Amino acid sequence: MPAAYLFLLLSGALFTMGAVGFLVRHNPLVVFMCIELMLNAVNLAFAAESRFLNSLDGVVFAFLVIAVAAAEVVVGIAIIVQVYRGGRQMDVDQLDLMKE
Amino acid sequence: MDTLAPLVLLAPLAGFLVNAVFGRRLPRPVVGWIGAGSIGLGFILSLAILIQLLAGARPLDQTYFTWWQSGDFTVPFNLYVDQLSTLMILVITGVGFLIHVYSIGYMREDPGYSRFFAYMNLFVLSMLLLVLAGNLVWLIIGWAGVGLSSYLLISFWFDRPAAVLAGRKAFVMNTIGDIGMIFAAFLIFLNLRVTDYRGLFDRLHQLPRGGAVITAICLLLLVGAVAKSAQLPLHTWLPDAMEGPTPVSALIHAATMVTAGVYLVARMHMLYDWAPAAAATVAIVGGVTAFFAATIGTSQIDIKRILAYSTMSQIGYMFLAVGIGAYAAGMFHFMTHAFFKALLFMAAGNVIHAFHDDQDIRHMGNLRAGLPITFWTFLVGTLSISGFPLLAGFFSKDEIIRSALAAPGGEFWLGVLALVTAGLTAYYMFRLFFIAFGWEWLTHDDRHLHEAPPVQTVPIIILATGAVVGGYIPIATFLSPVFGAPGEVGFGTFLGLAALSVLAALAGLLIAYLLHARRPELAVAWRTRLAPIHALVEHKYYIDELYDRVFVQPGLALARFLNGVIETRVIDAAVNGLADFTLVEAREFRLIQTGRVRSYALWTLGGAIGVVLIVAGFLGYLPWRLGG
Repeated sequence: MPAAYLFLLLSGALFTMGAVGFLVRHNPLVVFMCIELMLNAVNLAFAAESRFLNSLDGVVFAFLVIAVAAAEVVVGIAIIVQVYRGGRQMDVDQLDLMKE
Repeated sequence: MDTLAPLVLLAPLAGFLVNAVFGRRLPRPVVGWIGAGSIGLGFILSLAILIQLLAGARPLDQTYFTWWQSGDFTVPFNLYVDQLSTLMILVITGVGFLIHVYSIGYMREDPGYSRFFAYMNLFVLSMLLLVLAGNLVWLIIGWAGVGLSSYLLISFWFDRPAAVLAGRKAFVMNTIGDIGMIFAAFLIFLNLRVTDYRGLFDRLHQLPRGGAVITAICLLLLVGAVAKSAQLPLHTWLPDAMEGPTPVSALIHAATMVTAGVYLVARMHMLYDWAPAAAATVAIVGGVTAFFAATIGTSQIDIKRILAYSTMSQIGYMFLAVGIGAYAAGMFHFMTHAFFKALLFMAAGNVIHAFHDDQDIRHMGNLRAGLPITFWTFLVGTLSISGFPLLAGFFSKDEIIRSALAAPGGEFWLGVLALVTAGLTAYYMFRLFFIAFGWEWLTHDDRHLHEAPPVQTVPIIILATGAVVGGYIPIATFLSPVFGAPGEVGFGTFLGLAALSVLAALAGLLIAYLLHARRPELAVAWRTRLAPIHALVEHKYYIDELYDRVFVQPGLALARFLNGVIETRVIDAAVNGLADFTLVEAREFRLIQTGRVRSYALWTLGGAIGVVLIVAGFLGYLPWRLGG
């Protein structure tokens, strides 16, 4: 099995863990970390393929994803902190204010 | 001259703006004199232009700015000042000024005083723009402006339903004409790529003489002219327009509006010379209208309506003249007609005021003692319009009849018709005069009639002077740079034809005298003997009823159908159906909005996997093939 496949397998495994975690966990902080896990799984795939294909395109995408993830963390953490301060239960299923 | 011409337009514009914006806050005399003064200023400026032209100045075609330009379509703002338009603006501002002065007295108790003068100035402004415009687009703007201001003035007393209806009728009829004008302008631009007169006259001869295009253009222009000038078959608005205040009638009939059609044909005379069939149509419309309106005039009892039909008839003469190529004769009659028709209307206004807004001539009579100035000036106007020798109407009308009789072919019969109409004119005018103003048969008079104040009588006296001496102005010579030199008429021919038309007029006068002054019982006897014809004429040949049956009622029925059936069952049904459908479906679809982040995430994940599978399928990475 070529080394590139190993990286892809690892990336797929990490992504699946993130996705499943996102779907099953209730704590917003953990959900958030699962998102990061998925993003980084994708980054890993980009970086690895970039190396094996001798192309910088993948790395550029990885940087892009990191930048977006950083921005997203700022917003996301701010929301979570606000929810926590508001004394609400830290359960994503309870955060359904937008439904109405 | 190139600075004077726009000033002629700016004077009434300034008057209009001042009276429209500040009029309600200004004292009445100021409003009136601003309104009249702005037109008077325009008259002085027009006189200055006339003096320059007489001194040998070249006609002006000055472009002041380019209004818009797109490709080879250019609309300049240019003014075209030659002898023809100078004659027009002189009459418009001169007679218009006298009418404005008269209005100061006539309208003095009206609550809408400043509004009235603002509209009147707008009316004169539109007419001046129509006359001075040097291209078709500005011509149409002036043309539409005249239609608008006539609508505003006819409906001036907007609390009277009849006035509102009359204004609407005038506006609709005029709009039909406007459409004709606009299509004519389209055709001219499509075929010749010009909008200005100069270019039009230069390139005109590229079109084949008497061809379909030039004939269509001239006929479409004629539609506009017919609507504006109240000729058959778009004439019905003019008698109804009598619902407006009397000075408005004077302005519409003498100085502005109805003469616009004559001006249009005269201005476009090169086009009509190039389309003989269209010119013949103009002559026929004019000749027939002249006769037709004169017959209606013989049976009406409303003093202003009789005058309205007489205007239709006289404008018919002008159309006949310009249709047979006697353009100078048509413009000559336009000028003399402006004098005596403005005079007749304003005198009629004095009578109507004296009788407290009663317009039925049968209630009047024997006015010589009560309204002496009005009486004598009205007599002068009546004599002039009837074509009595040495008065203004005699010269101009004879000129037209002579040209028509001298023309070869079918126009000869139009000349005969015009001669008959001259007799009818004398009859209905003297019928009006004998019934309304009376002769001496009333022995005692217990009415206390009051002559109008000088502000209303002086303008009439001035116009009466014009109606007497206006015939000696050498209009044909003045206009010869535009229409070519007038033909020489032998003295014998002149005398012979003059004798004929004077005979016709005298016959009319004598019949009127006999039937309406000497032996009124004879009039009653003849009316019963000719009952069917009398009924036909009295009801204006049932044309209003015909139009009502053919156009108005089907239009109303269609509107009712559209409102009752199409509107509710089709349009509303579609809109409401869509709304109901959305509501019902939304009730079901809102169930997917659970508010749970994790369920959204699951959907997102499913969607992402779906997209990946589809893309992979199309790119051929899957064991099975998608989409061929």
